[in-house]
Amino acid sequence: MKLYDGWKIITGLIVFAAFFTLPIWLNLFSAQSKVKPRLVYPIDARQCVEDKDYMNHYHMDLLNFWRDSVVRMNIRYIVRNGNFLTHNGEKLEMSLTRACLKCHSNKAEFCDQCHNYLDVKPYCWDCHVEQKGSLK
Amino acid sequence: MIDRRNFLKIVSFGGGIYLASKWTSNLISQNETQKVPQSGLTAKRWAMAIDVQKCEQTPNCKECILACHSYHNVPEFNNPKDEIKWIWKDKFHNAFITQENQYLPKGLNHQTVLLLCNHCDNPPCTNVCPTKATWKREDGIVMMDWHRCIGCRYCVAACPYGSRSFNWRDPRPFIKKINPEFPTRTRGVVEKCTFCAERLARGEMPACVEACPSKALIFGDLEDPGSEIRQILAERFSIRRKPELSTSPEVYYLV
Repeated sequence: MKLYDGWKIITGLIVFAAFFTLPIWLNLFSAQSKVKPRLVYPIDARQCVEDKDYMNHYHMDLLNFWRDSVVRMNIRYIVRNGNFLTHNGEKLEMSLTRACLKCHSNKAEFCDQCHNYLDVKPYCWDCHVEQKGSLK
Repeated sequence: MIDRRNFLKIVSFGGGIYLASKWTSNLISQNETQKVPQSGLTAKRWAMAIDVQKCEQTPNCKECILACHSYHNVPEFNNPKDEIKWIWKDKFHNAFITQENQYLPKGLNHQTVLLLCNHCDNPPCTNVCPTKATWKREDGIVMMDWHRCIGCRYCVAACPYGSRSFNWRDPRPFIKKINPEFPTRTRGVVEKCTFCAERLARGEMPACVEACPSKALIFGDLEDPGSEIRQILAERFSIRRKPELSTSPEVYYLV
């Protein structure tokens, strides 16, 4: 079989493949990708509302569930086996600012680490306020 | 070989059992949700009464407005076109535009009255919302889900009381002191009074009711005959804004 204008076609394909995969190469060799996420965990609290593995993979689903539960169904506290879940004697609310941030108090050292690494931009913080009122 | 008659018997019997099991499992799961322990203040129908006379004794008082707006991160633009308001004051003749009696008690027309979302029993704003970002809760509060609001402003047009404000600009730089316990809003979202749904859930009264120094705001359950609001409504004559629109507003003005 003879491929007419073979070298033109092959070069074209190589150029196309290189161009198409350019973002992968750029990210692979950029300085940013060398920075691995480094999460700072709270020292004083040992127990999260779910185990670490679940939170790693599904915290966004949990937060979405909390959002709908609180705003739309007016169920605001975390209930386990018919009892309110407590933290330091206080009932735990399903709330980003009133529950999560009580322990994970530094957003930059926790949330942002993975979100920046993966280049995801959750819009939680467009409205919800980082503790200390530092946002302006 | 099954004949037609037996086939129909078997199918309808099986279907009946399936439906019955589904119905009972529904009943069981309903009972389970009822096991969630209750907390905070609850009511069958939240409503508010505003004592116009008491309020008028201190015409320059803005405690309720300040308390509400600082708690809920309401921005302050110095431009009436961008204004965001949850609770505000206006003249009686502007608020009660369809009060057509020519000879009202002296001065009433120029008194200032407190205005806020009326949490209507038949709210026109929720009917027009295309995303169900606003709806009437079972306890009567006309609630908003800012996550869902797409900023179409149908509700702003539908509300006959001007209770809804639209964020034309990013509100954050215009909030004097951000309360980190409550979210701000973004540009392109409608906002209004929510009868402090989040405070009620924690067992606290609405911020404006708590802040009023002359106790001119009465908040309570309209369907509880023993509640303070029912007693005061039975005692004193009250009017509501634009009742002829049959929106059934639930903010009562004691005049």
